[in-house]
Amino acid sequence: MTTKIKIEHVSKIFGPKPKTVIPMVESGKSKEEILSETNHTVGVYDASLEIKKGEVFVIMGLSGSGKSTLIRCFNLLNKPTAGSIYIDDEDIVKYDKEQLKKVRQEKIAMVFQHFGLFSHRTILANVEYGLEIRNIPKEERREIALKNIEIVGLKGYEDKYPDELSGGMQQRVGLARALANDPDILLMDEPFSALDPLIRREMQLELLDIQDRLQKTIVFITHDVNEAFQIGDRVAVMKDGHVVQVGTPEEIIDAPANDYISEFIKDIDRSKVVQAEHIMIKPNALVSEKDGPKVAIREMEENGISSVFVVDRGRRVKGIVTIDDAIEAVKEKKGLQDILRNDYSIVHKDEYISDLIPKALESKYPLAVVNEEDKLVGFILRVHVLSGLVSDDVTESDEYIV
Amino acid sequence: MGSFPDISTEIGLYVKNIVDFLDDSLEGLFDFIALMSSRTINGIEDFLVWMPWWSFILVIFLLGWYFKTVFAGVLYGFFIFLIGTFGLWEDMMTTIAIILTAVLICLIIGIPLGVWMAFSKGFSTVMRPLLDAMQTMPSFVYLIPAIFFFGLGNVSAIFATLIYALPPVIRLTELAIRGVDKEVIESAQSFGSSRWQMLRKVQLPQALPTIMAGVNQTTMMALAMVVIASMVGAQGLGEQVLVSINRIDIALGFEAGISIVFLAIIIDRITNGVAGKFQKHRGVN
Repeated sequence: MTTKIKIEHVSKIFGPKPKTVIPMVESGKSKEEILSETNHTVGVYDASLEIKKGEVFVIMGLSGSGKSTLIRCFNLLNKPTAGSIYIDDEDIVKYDKEQLKKVRQEKIAMVFQHFGLFSHRTILANVEYGLEIRNIPKEERREIALKNIEIVGLKGYEDKYPDELSGGMQQRVGLARALANDPDILLMDEPFSALDPLIRREMQLELLDIQDRLQKTIVFITHDVNEAFQIGDRVAVMKDGHVVQVGTPEEIIDAPANDYISEFIKDIDRSKVVQAEHIMIKPNALVSEKDGPKVAIREMEENGISSVFVVDRGRRVKGIVTIDDAIEAVKEKKGLQDILRNDYSIVHKDEYISDLIPKALESKYPLAVVNEEDKLVGFILRVHVLSGLVSDDVTESDEYIV
Repeated sequence: MGSFPDISTEIGLYVKNIVDFLDDSLEGLFDFIALMSSRTINGIEDFLVWMPWWSFILVIFLLGWYFKTVFAGVLYGFFIFLIGTFGLWEDMMTTIAIILTAVLICLIIGIPLGVWMAFSKGFSTVMRPLLDAMQTMPSFVYLIPAIFFFGLGNVSAIFATLIYALPPVIRLTELAIRGVDKEVIESAQSFGSSRWQMLRKVQLPQALPTIMAGVNQTTMMALAMVVIASMVGAQGLGEQVLVSINRIDIALGFEAGISIVFLAIIIDRITNGVAGKFQKHRGVN
């Protein structure tokens, strides 16, 4: 994947003479010291990040960690005190007023925590705003706006005003307004923090759904670890204006960079972060549908397991065979086809443990894990689902007993 | 020993000289302003007097109904009818014309100044004491230069009224523009709005309810100046009050006075109602 946004050594300091404070930060003084000595606030210090095209990149941190300041640097709502911000390899910090306007109009759109809607405009006029600014003809912008209102599920509300809508719906308007400009990059500043938990969950799923279809590059700010790990392809953790760690949710859980992050992720609901892929066992034992029961028995004996998946040439699961059935089949001279069982569960490798739990409870057999092409990539024993909730290295510490 | 030392400054004299100088050098400009304002006043007044009496009452009733309630509309119509029965119909129209013209000029000058103050801290710092002075300086003081510039008559009255009534609309415009939600501004910026687009499409509309409150204040203050303005030759209800004082005519004084009160109530409620209509949908978050 290509790099969409790259920021290098970006610092943002607030106060009358921000540049003079940079050496102090370089010498390692803390935010509080600098504030009391010089009356300058360090928003972000020396942040460097690379964000790839099409990924959901989450910046996570507590309030005051500088995450909102940093995201406002991406579209220069905050002009960095030092550093460069490259969008498609062009340093936008060096842009003049007109160039900046153009980038904001065409490449980047933003969604705000408290929605930032224009209360004097109807929903339609709100969504049209970005297009209106670019002088797009009336019919065309109406058409685009209506399409985007439909995407976020607000069809029929075009002529309402923001104050007539619930919080969740208002944020949908915010999203539609941002999408209407068809930007490459979507900046989202705690977009769901002001919503209640149920609506928040719904909006997260919908965002992922929309992202699946539209494939934008999304920079998402949140203070909620669970939210960060659920929707982020990669996550950056910020503290006191510093970026402390960048990685995929799994990487951060597996190897927190410091105690602060360990503390941060202590409360994380692992069942919603760890995916099937991470707790599955690579299938050493596999039986092709052309093989006979004897092959199946040998496979199971060698691997010390009591059932084995049967696959076709494309590694697609055809069924499962148990050791008892196989022995019976050998005695009665039956084929593998006759003893194939179909009451197993298939899960996708991206599914979270929380989704696996009910399936694991229902099924007598291991869960078959498949990839996008329906190929069998592994299996999960019931015990792994539970141990996956507490420890990191399930796949190594195992006996295969069903 | 304790008495003030013999030091004197002649600031009053300097001001007088400045006024003289302005009067000489800018005569053309003042004449032009005088001409334009008197044309506006006369135009409005002629129209109002030309209107059949019942149709004016009907308009007031409809405004009251639309912006307030049916009852309010009936009441306001009745007030206007009463003023007519006092024999002050044409005086009322003159007063309304003067007030409308003054408010119009206040808005034309005041709103841009308020916007400028909201954008420029420096300008705001300069303007604030000036606005304080305009509101607290006794009005008689600037009636004198007004006569110098524009002569006796309605135009001087408008000038004096402007000085007194301008501050609220300027102040509230500044306050309103500054008070627009920061995230709303940011979101307009994030879409790449130009400064002008931002002002026209976001800041002014968002600020409108508060600006309308300023318009209401300005209108009320213009009305409060009616009597004082008549001292420099403004006609209308104020003139009648002045006449009644000179003649010690209690009856006329009361009738003209209560007419001003009626007008004040009607204008206040209607402009308030207009502000209320603007408020709808704008006060979220």
